Amino acid sequence: MAKPRIKVPKSAAKGEIVEIKTLISHKMETGIRKDRDGNIIPRQIINKFTCTLNDKMVFSADWYPAVSANPYMAFHLRASESGKLNFTWQDDNGETYSTSADFNVS
Amino acid sequence: MYAKQLIALTAGAAALAGLSSSALTDGSWGKYQVGDIRSGYTFAEPETRAMQDDDFENPAMLVLDYGAELWSTKDGDANKSCEDCHGDAENSMKGVGARYPVFYGPWGKPINIELRINECRQNNMKAKPYKYESNEMLGMTAFLKYQSRDMPVTVDIGGPNKPFYIKGKEFYYERRGQLDMACKHCHEDNAGNMIRANLLSQGQSNGFPVYRLKWNKVGSLHRRFRGCNKQVRSKPFGYGSDEYVNLELYLAWRGRGLPVESPAVRN
Repeated sequence: MAKPRIKVPKSAAKGEIVEIKTLISHKMETGIRKDRDGNIIPRQIINKFTCTLNDKMVFSADWYPAVSANPYMAFHLRASESGKLNFTWQDDNGETYSTSADFNVS
Repeated sequence: MYAKQLIALTAGAAALAGLSSSALTDGSWGKYQVGDIRSGYTFAEPETRAMQDDDFENPAMLVLDYGAELWSTKDGDANKSCEDCHGDAENSMKGVGARYPVFYGPWGKPINIELRINECRQNNMKAKPYKYESNEMLGMTAFLKYQSRDMPVTVDIGGPNKPFYIKGKEFYYERRGQLDMACKHCHEDNAGNMIRANLLSQGQSNGFPVYRLKWNKVGSLHRRFRGCNKQVRSKPFGYGSDEYVNLELYLAWRGRGLPVESPAVRN
């Protein structure tokens, strides 16, 4: 159940700095914990988060095992052009989760 | 005897630490305090409170969204969704979270929201009951209680609920487990004091189901009860057991007037 939530301002003035918030549900298993029988639970985290505006990268982050479960990520973006914001999370197991939002700059 | 030593120790530590939770700017806790009754919010760290204050940042909202989805999903042999009978949850479920547990005639005893959801699923939807601690149940409970957000907890302890309220109260004051401690030893006598590294709260139930950072997920009130029982080394009761529902009723009464905060964020 990795379902992302994002919060993007409905519109922004050109040049304005806006805050974008993201949240995704993910267990972020560190690879350090052991189960009841002492076996290591394999690592499974989201290792990369990227945000693109009209296919141009505007923000990205590498994540490591210390990032908590259900990671919350907020960042700032200077409103340069209108278009589509795409958000992607890459899982260790090869899966990617993504969502998008329209971004209007006036 | 062990318990007495433990309490003496923690009381000493608390005197040193002072009150580590800071109040809001005007020195009061606003809606989170009613007389002497203080929500768990007022015992939480500022960072934890900030997570709860912003709905977007609150990770419990992910489960709540799932619950909202289930509300309008058809299920069971009757092929009905909650929405088909109850309509818009915002109207039909408003206030429900604030007054449960209520007396349930067919059972002749109080029922909490979780058990009521399953009653409805089995009787009206002809669907399988949710597992008590499943994401489905937690999501649905969080979603229902969310509809009563900021409404004061007003549980009815009169009439047929009275004997069960008394049972719940007895449970609260009854010593149990190897440590021989009752709920009241921590949450009444020592609320605001430290128990080793933890600040003891009054043990109010108005924020449940909560996202607990220690659990990394949302959990029910009964899960918290079980954790507390295990910590005093007593055998926990089952999810949805009579003992816990009675206690839930009594706790709701203890926290009367506090706003429903579900889903809250706690340590």
